[in-house]
Amino acid sequence: MVSVPSAGRDYETIPKLLIRNSERYGLNVAYRYKQFGIWHSWNWSETAIQIKSLAVGMVSLGVEPGDHIAIIGSNRPELYWTIVAAQTIGAVPVPVYQDSVAEEMVYILDHCAAKYVFAEDQEQVDKIIELKGKLKTIKKTVFLDPRGLRKYDKSFLIDFNTLIASGQIADQELISSFEKRSAKVTGDDTCVMLYTSGTTGNPKGVVLSHKNIIAASASSSQFDSLRPADSALAYLPMAWVGDFIFSIGQAYWSGFCVACPESAETMQTDLREIGPSYFFAPPRYFEGLLTSVMIRMEDASKLKKKLFQYFMHFAKVVGPKLLDQKRVSPLDKALYYLGDKLLFAPLKDTLGLRNVRVGYTAGEAIGPEIFDFYRSLGINLKQLYGQTEASVFITQQPDGEVRSDTVGVPTPGVELKIADSGEVFYKSDASFVEYYKNPKSTKETKNKQGWVATGDAGFIDPESKHLRIIDRVKDVGKMADGSFFAPKYVENKLKFYPTILEAVVFGDSRENCTVFINIDLTAVGNWAERNNIAYASYQELAGNEQVYKMIEAHIKEVNRSVSQDSMLSSCQIHRFLVLHKELDADDGEITRTRKVRRGFIEKKYSDLVNALYDGSKEVSTRTEVTYEDGRKGQISATISIWDVEVFDKSVEAA
Amino acid sequence: MNDIDERSFTTPDGRTIGSEILSVKNITLKFGGVTALEDISFDIKEGEIRAIIGPNGAGKSSMLNVINGFYHPQQGEVWFRKKLRPPLKPYQIAYQGVARTFQNIALFKGMSTLDNIMTGRFTHMTSGIAAQAIWKGFAEREEIENREKVEQIIDFLEIQKIRRTEVGRLPYGLQKRVELGRALAAEPKLLLLDEPMAGMNVEEKEDMSRFVLDVNEEFGTTVALIEHDMGVVMDIADRVVVMDYGKKIGDGTPAEVRSSQIVIDAYLGVSHE
Repeated sequence: MVSVPSAGRDYETIPKLLIRNSERYGLNVAYRYKQFGIWHSWNWSETAIQIKSLAVGMVSLGVEPGDHIAIIGSNRPELYWTIVAAQTIGAVPVPVYQDSVAEEMVYILDHCAAKYVFAEDQEQVDKIIELKGKLKTIKKTVFLDPRGLRKYDKSFLIDFNTLIASGQIADQELISSFEKRSAKVTGDDTCVMLYTSGTTGNPKGVVLSHKNIIAASASSSQFDSLRPADSALAYLPMAWVGDFIFSIGQAYWSGFCVACPESAETMQTDLREIGPSYFFAPPRYFEGLLTSVMIRMEDASKLKKKLFQYFMHFAKVVGPKLLDQKRVSPLDKALYYLGDKLLFAPLKDTLGLRNVRVGYTAGEAIGPEIFDFYRSLGINLKQLYGQTEASVFITQQPDGEVRSDTVGVPTPGVELKIADSGEVFYKSDASFVEYYKNPKSTKETKNKQGWVATGDAGFIDPESKHLRIIDRVKDVGKMADGSFFAPKYVENKLKFYPTILEAVVFGDSRENCTVFINIDLTAVGNWAERNNIAYASYQELAGNEQVYKMIEAHIKEVNRSVSQDSMLSSCQIHRFLVLHKELDADDGEITRTRKVRRGFIEKKYSDLVNALYDGSKEVSTRTEVTYEDGRKGQISATISIWDVEVFDKSVEAA
Repeated sequence: MNDIDERSFTTPDGRTIGSEILSVKNITLKFGGVTALEDISFDIKEGEIRAIIGPNGAGKSSMLNVINGFYHPQQGEVWFRKKLRPPLKPYQIAYQGVARTFQNIALFKGMSTLDNIMTGRFTHMTSGIAAQAIWKGFAEREEIENREKVEQIIDFLEIQKIRRTEVGRLPYGLQKRVELGRALAAEPKLLLLDEPMAGMNVEEKEDMSRFVLDVNEEFGTTVALIEHDMGVVMDIADRVVVMDYGKKIGDGTPAEVRSSQIVIDAYLGVSHE
């Protein structure tokens, strides 16, 4: 086992860390918030005073230990203080997604029987007032921004500033009752309750104790040697466990500064102004950012374009090596230095990522090109794997061992186990206490020995010893020979090619894997234009021989990479066809959020699936389509089926 | 209605409407042989939202231009804050505390949102060219004070994202918002809005209505607005003046105006004998 820094009795709760920070780093900035165009800041001692006043104010308001306090709003220091103030007096903070509509909120507020609500502004207060009839438990709502609330019934509402002021002028009796209460809070008390937005059924309230949060924050902070000089931008929803760990757990443990943007829309500008050294964003953020860079490069002058192409091509090879501190020739080093002065540094500055020392992405697969782009610029972007129940961290990539297809090694203090079904289990001090008021689900997820089921299937990569996640367990099947069938894993690899819009892999309980490909009309159309290929319709383009050749080459490359996986080498694609129509939500083939409905497609195109497995060279089919106005029509097509080369593991090893 | 009266009353939603801030009496405005306004009288009370409505060509904008000092009527009087107002230049009227927006946006397209709103502060700037050039001391302090006010307006109108964006590149709805910001920067006693919601979609109209109501409530600014969208007028206005062919044909609360036969006829287009 890797050693974990012992939290010790002194620092077993977040409020105790606050006191430590105010004594040790008193004058360091703890929070920044941009308002009226200026960054305001609070150092750790000021923060401690504010939080104490707020906590005393809460006592005078009548907050009891164990009361649930809902927090609804965007990332603002006042709301973070509210969380810690509630913890100080033994109440349980429950951050709620601020963009949920009233009906969605009602379940959560009712389930946790919230007594008090801290709402950012009129928009949130309106939702609470709308729900007041259904939620009998709510006693008071505290608001931060008084705008538009002048006419509201004040018996139910309190201004945040009034509450803090009431804490500042509190009498001795109140203060001593506050002190008595705060002394009673221990590491076993609930630190926070976060609702997971499950894809099925109602959200579950994940109870995390101070011990959980401190264990996760301590080990992960040590892993990346986070320190007081670091800074982060808090822009992700406060109800998400990641924000809680980054902006409270790790920030309090390491004593670094958390900056809150002026508004959600100004995040990119604020990011550039703050230039954080610790940064997290989901893959789609990095994707969007890269696209905007590319679009702007298209409009740049010829010289700039040439420079960009030359240096980016060069950086792709040298940049990651330098980041991983591998050997690089002095000439390459000098050239990279020049590139940095001319291109990389200004670009990173524009993106707001110039100072990033530790950057993370997680949540879904990130395209290798996207990942490599940021790494070649010299941004230390890494991947982690986590979930709410684990207080985020299950695995992380250590510096120098970063790859786009793994999620890293277990975070110190986390034990990992892979069941025969392929499901990943973990055990750590950071894993959750229980699902609130839901012993059944708790038992299903966490067993007596403390092993928690992730619901994800994965394996340990034999070469790098990193964990690799392949799919949700329920989607992973077995092939006829008993090896794993992980369709999404292969599909994701295919979809990283811009010409492939959608891919549906078949192979569950079959001899080998085959695939339906959906081409991306924009990308392939563009490609066809450049290669002088004439076409009149989507169907004609999809059936074009050269298109088939291109797709075949892509699949071959994917096969080669899949073959290197000892666990998944049987998921190589043997045969493929390019569908004559785009998969469409109107036809029920994909969901509105663009997730492939595998079972439905297999049934609808059963003739095509059969043809993939009976060895025929082409197949004729008629398909029903639904037009946007709801009318239905038929299209018929003759689709060719091609074989693709597959690779042996042994061949690859040579 | 009793005119000059110190008694104030409270609206059902809790705002205080004071005595009149501006009243126009028997205004007649002619352009050559065309009579744009004929014998118009009405008042605007402190703290209220007063709407002026009417079909195209009814003389609504002309009325606003008279209040604003852009046109000088041949007959009639304008009383502002209980004093008879002599003929003044528009900028002098601005100094008295009347600000406006225009039907067709009149912003400085090449300047940023921030700079555009800053120009609205000219009535509050007193340092001369020399002081501005030397910059240290008074001029600097004054700029900081004004900037603070402007930033509050930017926050109020939720346009932080476009603070540094050139106004010409903004979509129409946002330009309208910037223009409102510039008018607010003058900290007016009376705010005149010429069709603030023209050409907007439903969502933008809702936003703008919200801002007009908030300006009125938070800053206590009296608002007079011209608007075509009857739904908006009925929702936000305290009292409505209805004009048609340069004449006042109705005056009262939205409910009163809506049920008036003359107003209905004007809107539905009954033939005028």
